[in-house]
Amino acid sequence: MTIPSPVTPALVPFEVGPPDAAGPPGPGISTAARRRRPAKKPTTELGDRGIVSMADWRRARVRRAMRSLQAVLLGLLFVAGLGPILWLAKSAITPTQDTLRTPLSIFPHGIAWANLGTAWTRVHIDQYFFNTVIIAAGSWLVQLLVATTAGYALSVLRPRYGKAITGLVLGTLFVPSIVLLVPLYLTVLNPPLLNGSLLNTFWAVWLPAGASAFNVMLVKRFFDNLPREVFEAARVDGAGPFRLFWSVVLPMSRPIIGVVSVFAIIASWKDFLWPMLVLPNPALQPLSVRLPALQRFIELDVFLAALAISTIIPVVLFLVFQRMFLRGAGFGGAVKG
Amino acid sequence: MTVLDRPTGGTRHQRRTPRSWLRGGGLSTLIFMLPLLVVFGVFSWFPIGRAVVMSVQTTNLVTAPEFVGLQNFRDVLADPLLWTAVKNTGYFALLALVFGYPLPLILAVLMSEVRRFKGLFSALAYLPVVVPPVVAVLLWKFFYDGSPTGVFNTILGWIHLGPYPWLQNATTAMPSLVLEATWAAAGGTVIIYLAALTSVAPELYDAAEVDGASVLGKIWHVTMPQLRGILLITFILQIIGTAQVFLEPFLFTGGGPANSTLTVLLLIYNYAFANSLGGDYGAATALSIMLAAVLAILSGLYFRVTRSWSTS
Repeated sequence: MTIPSPVTPALVPFEVGPPDAAGPPGPGISTAARRRRPAKKPTTELGDRGIVSMADWRRARVRRAMRSLQAVLLGLLFVAGLGPILWLAKSAITPTQDTLRTPLSIFPHGIAWANLGTAWTRVHIDQYFFNTVIIAAGSWLVQLLVATTAGYALSVLRPRYGKAITGLVLGTLFVPSIVLLVPLYLTVLNPPLLNGSLLNTFWAVWLPAGASAFNVMLVKRFFDNLPREVFEAARVDGAGPFRLFWSVVLPMSRPIIGVVSVFAIIASWKDFLWPMLVLPNPALQPLSVRLPALQRFIELDVFLAALAISTIIPVVLFLVFQRMFLRGAGFGGAVKG
Repeated sequence: MTVLDRPTGGTRHQRRTPRSWLRGGGLSTLIFMLPLLVVFGVFSWFPIGRAVVMSVQTTNLVTAPEFVGLQNFRDVLADPLLWTAVKNTGYFALLALVFGYPLPLILAVLMSEVRRFKGLFSALAYLPVVVPPVVAVLLWKFFYDGSPTGVFNTILGWIHLGPYPWLQNATTAMPSLVLEATWAAAGGTVIIYLAALTSVAPELYDAAEVDGASVLGKIWHVTMPQLRGILLITFILQIIGTAQVFLEPFLFTGGGPANSTLTVLLLIYNYAFANSLGGDYGAATALSIMLAAVLAILSGLYFRVTRSWSTS
């Protein structure tokens, strides 16, 4: 049997049954086409009405006014949003004297590609970059582990003490992180159950990152909305709690894992105060902590190159996963503080 | 033993013995709960409790902590720097409100009318949010260079303004911090508003047009009331966020010049960590608890608002 190209279903009028010419593709394909087609239509025709009506848009004067307003807006967004980043990109490969004397000249007197190399090797940006990646990866893993197991236990397994735990987790949402700063620092210095301090270990950053009530509640709420019938069916088929978690619940929760992952990595990349406190050893510090300290003893052009290097990854991640960012921003905004 | 474990009126449920608990999957449930219990226990619940205890103790890590009652709170309230910090934080919050609060709304309303390249608009608006905050501050610190060849002074020089001292002057330092903070945060709020704007029912605009509303009339009488809930939420969130501003004053000015950018969080940090002879952990915790109490009132308000708005 041949796999039909994605174009075929769209060409088939959805009222008619299986296409007679194509032959092999059975009714399964045509139902897929039937489901796909009407979904597209309403968004293009009905939902597209903003503050200015369609009728007004058709008037030349309104259209011209709106177009020019939007062109100005686009220009402003370009300057404000992209401008500083472009400037940083340019200055990263510009000699110090040019940047100091004429910071806004578009064409510098020479291009100093060496800045990037110097920053990467001689200033050890590579090491701090690597630290940042390790810290982000570890925080991500811990957050994912805590959020998914806890969400599963609280939402699917539902022990009697689950309500109390949910309450305790929710309660921490009301406590601003600043209250935790000093006691958490002292806890890391001298953790209970453990001998020795977590200071100057990555665990000091990874583990507290896992205590995110927001993640737990987000995942729990997602699991609450998964169809219970699937769990029942899996149980009837003999799946234990571990199997149910690994083979049924986790594969079904890819979207929420994606959201939590993006938040976790971005938050870790941005974090400054906490890693600065618990990683006083410069060899372990991430970029965000090391950059302000570096400023004092490296040359400006190399410093700007270092800034550019630490901006690349988040910007590229954003451009690649744009949709997830912009959709997730709604959640993220609702949790800060 | 099993007899003792039985609940007195217990014929409705299965009897809970260790064995039935084990057979009912109690142990595996506990295993799944374990990461949460350990991580939250050690790194959230325990420090929260400890914060309360520490605020009424002197803690110096050398001798055993000593109970001092409310002395820490009294010390903090008697510190003249506290009132400077409160005033500065309030000033930061006020400036951020005046400049930073309407901006994302205006941007979002304008952007919601865009027909083509909508994605480009929101991507550009969101880009500053993606830049790591430390990088943004260090970059802007360079932009704020007070000499005539500084980046901003060069630009303003084209229209014969300046040069301004930006961060070096007690009166311009705080507005400079607010400007950078607004740049860094506006995009996130724009995206929230854009999402909210798509849920405004188009029929409402149709109805307003029938009544002869102009574009501004439609914005004022339809869009704004429809966004009321989200506007209140972002308002409270912004207050809570700006009350805890740390990164900008810490990296831009270190609280200076002449303590003009010393904020409450910076003061807490200074109490605990800036003194190389050992921090005053008690005072730092006491102040953070007082700040939290103020913020709790605000977030309580926030939760009430979100609940009443999510039901409607």
